[in-house]
Amino acid sequence: MTRPILEVAALERRFDVSAPWLNRMIERKPRRTLRAVDGVDFDILPGQTLALVGESGCGKSTIAKLVTGLHAPSGGSIRFNGDPDKMQMIFQDPYASLNPRWRVGRIVAEPLRTLRPDTPEAQVTARVEELLSTVGLSPADAVKYPHEFSGGQRQRISIARALAGDPEFLVCDEPTSALDVSVQAQVLNLMKRLQREMGLTYLFISHDLSVVRHMADVIAVMYLGRIVEIQPTKDLFANPLHPYTRMLLDTIPDLEAPKRDRAPMGGEVPSPVSPPSGCSFHPRCPLAFDRCKRERPRREVHVHDRRVACFAAEAAANV
Amino acid sequence: MTETVLDVRNLRVEFPTRRGTLTAVDDISLTIAKGEILGVVGESGAGKSMTGMAILGLLEPPGRIASGEIWLSGDRIDNLSETQMQAVRGRRIGAIFQDPLTSLNPLFRVGDQLVETIRLHTQLSKSAARQRAIELMREVGIPAVEERIDNYPHQFSGGMRQRIVIALALCAEPELIIADEPTTALDVSIQAQITALLKRLCRERGTAVMLVTHDMGVIAETADRVAVMYAGRLAELGAVEDVVRRPQHPYTTGLMGSIPSLRRDEAELQMIPGAMPRLGAIPEGCAFNPRCAFAGPKCRRDTPRIHGNGAACWLALEGATA
Repeated sequence: MTRPILEVAALERRFDVSAPWLNRMIERKPRRTLRAVDGVDFDILPGQTLALVGESGCGKSTIAKLVTGLHAPSGGSIRFNGDPDKMQMIFQDPYASLNPRWRVGRIVAEPLRTLRPDTPEAQVTARVEELLSTVGLSPADAVKYPHEFSGGQRQRISIARALAGDPEFLVCDEPTSALDVSVQAQVLNLMKRLQREMGLTYLFISHDLSVVRHMADVIAVMYLGRIVEIQPTKDLFANPLHPYTRMLLDTIPDLEAPKRDRAPMGGEVPSPVSPPSGCSFHPRCPLAFDRCKRERPRREVHVHDRRVACFAAEAAANV
Repeated sequence: MTETVLDVRNLRVEFPTRRGTLTAVDDISLTIAKGEILGVVGESGAGKSMTGMAILGLLEPPGRIASGEIWLSGDRIDNLSETQMQAVRGRRIGAIFQDPLTSLNPLFRVGDQLVETIRLHTQLSKSAARQRAIELMREVGIPAVEERIDNYPHQFSGGMRQRIVIALALCAEPELIIADEPTTALDVSIQAQITALLKRLCRERGTAVMLVTHDMGVIAETADRVAVMYAGRLAELGAVEDVVRRPQHPYTTGLMGSIPSLRRDEAELQMIPGAMPRLGAIPEGCAFNPRCAFAGPKCRRDTPRIHGNGAACWLALEGATA
């Protein structure tokens, strides 16, 4: 069996969101912690794409930052079975992630100059030109500044920069959310082509289920810092196991069935500072029963082979 | 015949700049009937928000309506003075914008903001206005209204704030609501709640709604008819089922193809080559011709236009290679 390139186990990240010390003393309030990531496990096989989906505040971007080392985990482990220099990141906002005072050539060359400082200058220039062509820009664009490019072109520059150090593994945090759909299609096609040609592995983070369906081999659905369901893409869409996944699939507009009338799921995602007891989805869940309020469900081998964390699914599977 | 609430005729919005006049909205004609939701869709810079702002009389100077007419239930409103327009806005046209936080005053309780708006537009007493505010909040689906009416905007979630903005827009029972990206800042499950709410209000009150968004999914889900905009012009207009399932304009076809499908497996997404032209550099003839696989000499010379259902494309209009 192939060895996963990334193994994440029981990963936790807590943030202290307490009021300042003096306020706490005067108002007699306790410390408050936000569990952004609360016991997350997943593996990614080389050459595959694992997508994390969920609504805002579910912890998906925090996982991206933990995996790339921008945050330190509060618990659990992240094992990257590769050269740490071969991990790169693409961010959501192509306006904020490129230095406006640097020419594109310098931006794209930065990883090369950092990771292999003894590369001759002529080789760096040649590599930058090659990278710009790879992502569909012109080698002549190297002398321009980021503001001369549109959002989609800027995201291509971010991708060229990420590719500069010959990465194996890319963490992509909402790479197309800031782009118009026709531009998004160009960037998604480019990312898929690069994956095919270079054997890249992606950790792909998005809130858009149709994008994720197009890009991912495996999808992990997150709710309030936990993975509630993880399945190969085909299976997840054909047979969603968690009530939250079903709700998400029901709420996305379907272009092939316009003017659908439906009863949207009520309620909202609760605050991660004071999540509900037991299964954090139980207040919104149509299938919830007593046990869901008391106990936290885990992904167990005997319930759909660790694909879902849900007592209702467990009960159904045992019948 | 159904009653026409909004009638926009040959609207043209221009921005005089040092480098010449930019046309942000170019000869747009559309109507919205009572109880109808018209979706206006397009990518950034297509002129969709500008069309909404022109109808609301909220164009930022030096932007101005250069020509055309806007009629609201038989009254012409594009030539009104600012004072007269203030009486139309809020009372006859409600507005909902993308970010609910900028539409609400953070220093006032939401109930007081609703009461103030109701009393501005109606003759109700303070206590009657408060009663009306409670009814409105209930109608837009805010739970435990009696407790929440005296809360401040920051005490509500994003979805609840957008509901309050919708309640504000409904205060004077307007004939028309212009909703500009009302669900863009919200999560999918909340987005579905808000679009369902808009649809219900439109049906129950007979309000005409102009729903401006970049999201074809939201349009498909919510609108009765859809207007597709490209480079300030109308590319296609029609019933939502027709435009979504059988688009006539090559731009609409490309746009639909570039959205990843939830049912079909595609190795590659369809791509439209290039990008939308900047306002200062719109090509001769059809604005889409440099990106269009079917463009002929006529497309590079003459501008196709529609002023009703159809596609502004010489191929669709003349049925043969132009």
